[in-house]
Amino acid sequence: MMRRLLVAVAAAFSLAALAAVAQERVVNVYNWSDYIDPKVLEEFTRETGIKVRYDVFDSNEVLETKVLAGKSGYDVIVPSQTYLNRMIQADVLLKLDPSKIPNLKHAWPEITRRLATYDPGNAHAVNYMWGTTGIGYNVGKIKERLGTTPIDTWNLVFRPENLAKFKNCGIHMLDAADEMIPAALKFLGIDPDSKKTADIEKAGALLMQLRGNVKKFHSSEYINALAGGEICLVVGWSGDIFQARNRAKEAAAKTGKPAVEIDYALPKEGALMWFDSFAIPKDAEHVEEAHIFINFMMRPEIAARNTNFVAYASGNLEAQKFVDKEILNNRSIYPDQATFKLLYTVTPYAQDVQRVVTRVWTRVKSGR
Amino acid sequence: MRRLSARANDIGRSRLVVAGPYLWLLLFFLAPFLIVLKISVSHDVIAQPPYAPVLDPSKGWAGMREFVGGLDLQNYAYVFGDAIFHESVLQSLVIAAVSTLIILLIGYPIAYGMARAPRRLRPLLLIAVILPFWTSFLIRVYAWMGILAREGFLNQTLRALGLIDEPLELLSTNTAVYIGIVYSYLPFMVLPLYAVLEKTDESLLEAAADLGAPPWKSFWLVTFPLSLPGIVAGSLLCFIPAVGEFVIPDLLGGSETLMLGKTLWTEFSVNRSWTVSAAVAVLMLIVLVGPILVYQHMQARSFEGGR
Repeated sequence: MMRRLLVAVAAAFSLAALAAVAQERVVNVYNWSDYIDPKVLEEFTRETGIKVRYDVFDSNEVLETKVLAGKSGYDVIVPSQTYLNRMIQADVLLKLDPSKIPNLKHAWPEITRRLATYDPGNAHAVNYMWGTTGIGYNVGKIKERLGTTPIDTWNLVFRPENLAKFKNCGIHMLDAADEMIPAALKFLGIDPDSKKTADIEKAGALLMQLRGNVKKFHSSEYINALAGGEICLVVGWSGDIFQARNRAKEAAAKTGKPAVEIDYALPKEGALMWFDSFAIPKDAEHVEEAHIFINFMMRPEIAARNTNFVAYASGNLEAQKFVDKEILNNRSIYPDQATFKLLYTVTPYAQDVQRVVTRVWTRVKSGR
Repeated sequence: MRRLSARANDIGRSRLVVAGPYLWLLLFFLAPFLIVLKISVSHDVIAQPPYAPVLDPSKGWAGMREFVGGLDLQNYAYVFGDAIFHESVLQSLVIAAVSTLIILLIGYPIAYGMARAPRRLRPLLLIAVILPFWTSFLIRVYAWMGILAREGFLNQTLRALGLIDEPLELLSTNTAVYIGIVYSYLPFMVLPLYAVLEKTDESLLEAAADLGAPPWKSFWLVTFPLSLPGIVAGSLLCFIPAVGEFVIPDLLGGSETLMLGKTLWTEFSVNRSWTVSAAVAVLMLIVLVGPILVYQHMQARSFEGGR
């Protein structure tokens, strides 16, 4: 939290400094942490002469709070699905000018179509990366406890007797009601997008049985916890889990100790899809530069380089020609057709339903 | 006559001096508090800003009336009816009180030892107590995460010594929160206690000894009562911030940890309800007004006593 605060303060100072040199062309980008190949940014500046002022966040809530507070100072932001939708409802996002983003033609039609659930008519956002919410695990510790039983199923998480097997090596879950409740509903065979109070309560009751085994509900701490061997199982975001895998490798390289082996499983029953997409706030000062930036990022070669760097699937279909085979063939990153059909999206909760969800979720977290 | 006017002048000048801090409080405490208070009686909306109503001065009186009419206490009603909030208040008070007691039990002997140490050693000991402040509070709490983790320093040491076979579950529990609070706030107890104990008149103890009191009795009947102001000041200095503590329960606590600071943060950052979190902030202030007033009163009395 303090780190976010420091980032925010640093950002405020740098923006003030930038305002002083108004002549220089700049674009202020606010993206997720560890989410881009830094060389791509250098290349953008070299080619366009537009300086990139790049800041990072690690939660959608922080992004939304800043943008809704107004005058965030950012020209390009990267909200995820439901947050994107709330920002559109709050009328704080600019309608993009497609004529300034000719590279939109490389977008992945299927992804664009699904993104329209959150951005009607695809008027405000261009997908950058997408992924799924599934199971991250410590390969060694899970094998010890499971043997050859498959891990790519929600049975592992949502059957209390199964989950209990991993209690003694540490379990984390996302602190995100709008991800965990749909996943529980999916397991129960109920429509994950259900907005009925009774269904949400059922999901809550299931999660309530599991909570005793869960060490912590948190949306970012699991990256380090998984990499450091503090936990062995997490319901988390695909990309974060791959990031944990990389951190474990880096740590092993530094210390010379054997690396903690980490992997991600996409449950075969289906999983929630998430989309991180470029958008421009209405109060952005460099709208022209923001469009140029988004267009640059949509170049297939550039999009592929980012995917190769961070190991998430790109929303850019043409980019697949340039994506490393290792990533393209990883079924947990680029699922096969059969799995792809099982991936689902959910629509945002209305304000009154959101209250119910919040209550149920707080009860789950605190056990009361 | 001359003396009178000189005095009036003095009063005028001292008023001017007093106005400085008041202005400061007005600008940096009262004004922000009023904004928070206003948000706490508003409603959440999906908009910019994410609450309504917002005062629009261009609409004049009608706008003003509409604005006031749009305010109500529903957030307070919601928070009061909310079991999570009750539990947070209770847990915050219990954790803060128990931690304060532990800090007192550890801090008193430390302060006593310092006050009884040879005079030339005392500045050194004082520096040792203050030294941790040279490192950022956040970093010190992070360090505890490393110490208490499953594969952390403490578990590795205990295992190497053969004292345990299975690692202890410490991180992400309330025990870790207690450890964090006791560690972080210990100097706030030791310093006021030391200040009081150091001033204790040793001739009183000599007199007690002359009259036949064994050391424990003279401690209990002389030293301890004389150190009471230090105990109260130190306890409040620990208790008040501990109730509202956020960093420690967030980093060291687990899913069962429900403290006010964390509940407030969750309302704001996870549930994104500016209005409910503002209401919690106002209520938290009210919870703390009692102990703060006691502390103020004590300070005022000790100033008067010193004069």
